[in-house]
Amino acid sequence: MSKPNDEQLQMIFEDMVIARTQAGRLWNMQRQGQVGTIAPIDGHEAAIVGAVHALQTESDWVLPQYREPLGLRKYGPEVLDAFMLYNLGHPLGGHIPDPVKVVPSQISLAASIPHAVGLAWGMSLKNEPGVVLVFFGDGASSEGDFYEAGNLAGVLKAPVIFLCVNNQWAISTPTNLQTAAKDFSSKAAAFGIPGVTVDGNNPSLVYEAVSEAREHAVNGQGPTLIEATVYRLGAHTTADDPTRYVPAEDLSAAQKNDPLLSLLQELKNKNLWSDDKQEEVEKAALERLDEAFEKAKNTPLLTDSLLDHCFASDTSRLARQREQLSRSMEKSHE
Amino acid sequence: MSEKTSELSMLEAINETLHSEMARDDRIVILGEDVGRNGGVFRATEGLIEKFGDTRVVDTPISEAAIAGSSVGLAMAGLVPVAEIQFLGFSYQAMHQIAGQIARLRYRTQSRFEPQITIRAPFGGGVRTPELHSDSLEAQFANIPGLKIVLPSTASDAKGLLTSAIRDPDPVLFLEPLRGYRGIRDMVPDDEHVVPLGKANLVKKGDDVVIISWSYQVELSKRVADSLEKAGISVAVLDLRSIVPLDIEAISQIVTHCGRVVVVQEAPETGGFASEVIATINDECFWSLEAPVIRVSGFDVPYPVGMLENLYVPDEERIRLAVLKSLEGS
Repeated sequence: MSKPNDEQLQMIFEDMVIARTQAGRLWNMQRQGQVGTIAPIDGHEAAIVGAVHALQTESDWVLPQYREPLGLRKYGPEVLDAFMLYNLGHPLGGHIPDPVKVVPSQISLAASIPHAVGLAWGMSLKNEPGVVLVFFGDGASSEGDFYEAGNLAGVLKAPVIFLCVNNQWAISTPTNLQTAAKDFSSKAAAFGIPGVTVDGNNPSLVYEAVSEAREHAVNGQGPTLIEATVYRLGAHTTADDPTRYVPAEDLSAAQKNDPLLSLLQELKNKNLWSDDKQEEVEKAALERLDEAFEKAKNTPLLTDSLLDHCFASDTSRLARQREQLSRSMEKSHE
Repeated sequence: MSEKTSELSMLEAINETLHSEMARDDRIVILGEDVGRNGGVFRATEGLIEKFGDTRVVDTPISEAAIAGSSVGLAMAGLVPVAEIQFLGFSYQAMHQIAGQIARLRYRTQSRFEPQITIRAPFGGGVRTPELHSDSLEAQFANIPGLKIVLPSTASDAKGLLTSAIRDPDPVLFLEPLRGYRGIRDMVPDDEHVVPLGKANLVKKGDDVVIISWSYQVELSKRVADSLEKAGISVAVLDLRSIVPLDIEAISQIVTHCGRVVVVQEAPETGGFASEVIATINDECFWSLEAPVIRVSGFDVPYPVGMLENLYVPDEERIRLAVLKSLEGS
């Protein structure tokens, strides 16, 4: 019951292909100076998309870190639209509109884990259905917020899923320098909650683990820590040069294990995918990215944006600063 | 205006307010260390768990970052968290959540999420606490955009300002002076009492010098003003009540009237909020000054151990000398 059926697997693969294709285009756009720093999704697609497809978009929240947005297509076009605004540095990039249950990317590592616990706790206090899934990495698991949030969630039995995507690298720091624990899921023992490690290159296994964690949570049995092991196939971000620290032989071994390759073969064998289909999906993915980019570029930037949304209404100090800003804007237009 | 009043300590006023606000708004959740069964280490939350149950009054693990961080999530779920940090000095362990997350939630999401979060914390010296229980950190928080900082000096204001803080759509750090919990008693309206945030209180009128202060130092400043009154010196006392938002108009008005100013704070001198008050005076009404503005502060050292405390915390004598100094040459 918790394994994806063929149709779901096809949809998962489609989203994985779209994410990989769009990530490649975004990388080039960053190199051309069209967008800011990007954290490529390459190698993480199965873990992210497999997890998201096990959720109910109407009831379940997702708190991404920063590598996930391209893998959240199931939550609707608003996610990519906001992500492109975000990549341009537009303030509305942080505003994914209601009712999409996706929170903007979190840059402060692990800081969103206690938010996820509070949100899940709040949902259970209000008797709302659904769960909260929070993404973070192997590196973020060393932060205090991970331990404090995991501990609180265990005590409260909050309906939350901690998804640690272990891509073996925290920028340049390998996992053996990150922790002496045998794996990341074993940290669940300290919280008194279940912890499982799954092959994050296999979306079916991730889907299955998240489905079980979801069942567990909605049945009032509390949180689960899932470690999805993958390998980061590219740089940490567009500002990173992994050839300085990733052993070439490790990378080429990981490339043979590329999550898209094995699933492609499986789907082709089942006649669920073809080269034509692949071409068609990739083409549509790029068109969709271009469309979101154009839309973002054409979203007006208001001068007021600098001072709006700090407080619900201006303090007298901010009101003075608003006047100063508009006076200096007028001067610069003279 | 409410007609009936009762004499309460600041602690009783806070407790009463938490009771009445929780009864009014069932979205309010109280969370913190020892706030439930123990009713708070000072009894500020006494009786709440009995009345509202352990799902709305929650004893958390000793975990300041999780208290602050989960408050973000509770607010995202549409609840109204009223969190307690047991002592403000321990807020350092939640600083990344308060400064880096709570304060900027509205801005970074362009108001998709509203951080209607109140964080209460006792602070301030004079009661011989262990280390890190007494530190006045308000200026450190004032440098964090998006956060309001409220510091009552009377029991009546504690009720009126806490009511406003809990109802405010922005995050509010509500700082309660340890010395005032039982040491400050005054008449508090029995019925709903709302004091708006950002409105200073001219607690004593005067013409010669104005003392500007907040929290417990207002109490000391009032005593100094009263004693100098007998010596023929007319001293006004302005209680800022909140440092964010700052009542710039009230500062400007009374400074223009008196022309001589003493700013009193318990925090260390360098980078303290008194500096911000003085810079505000420079911006708004510098030419009305008849003498340099004087600061009375703690010293630029960590908050000391008990035997040195009396030297550190501004007392009536230091405030009195500062007032007299500001009058030199008049």
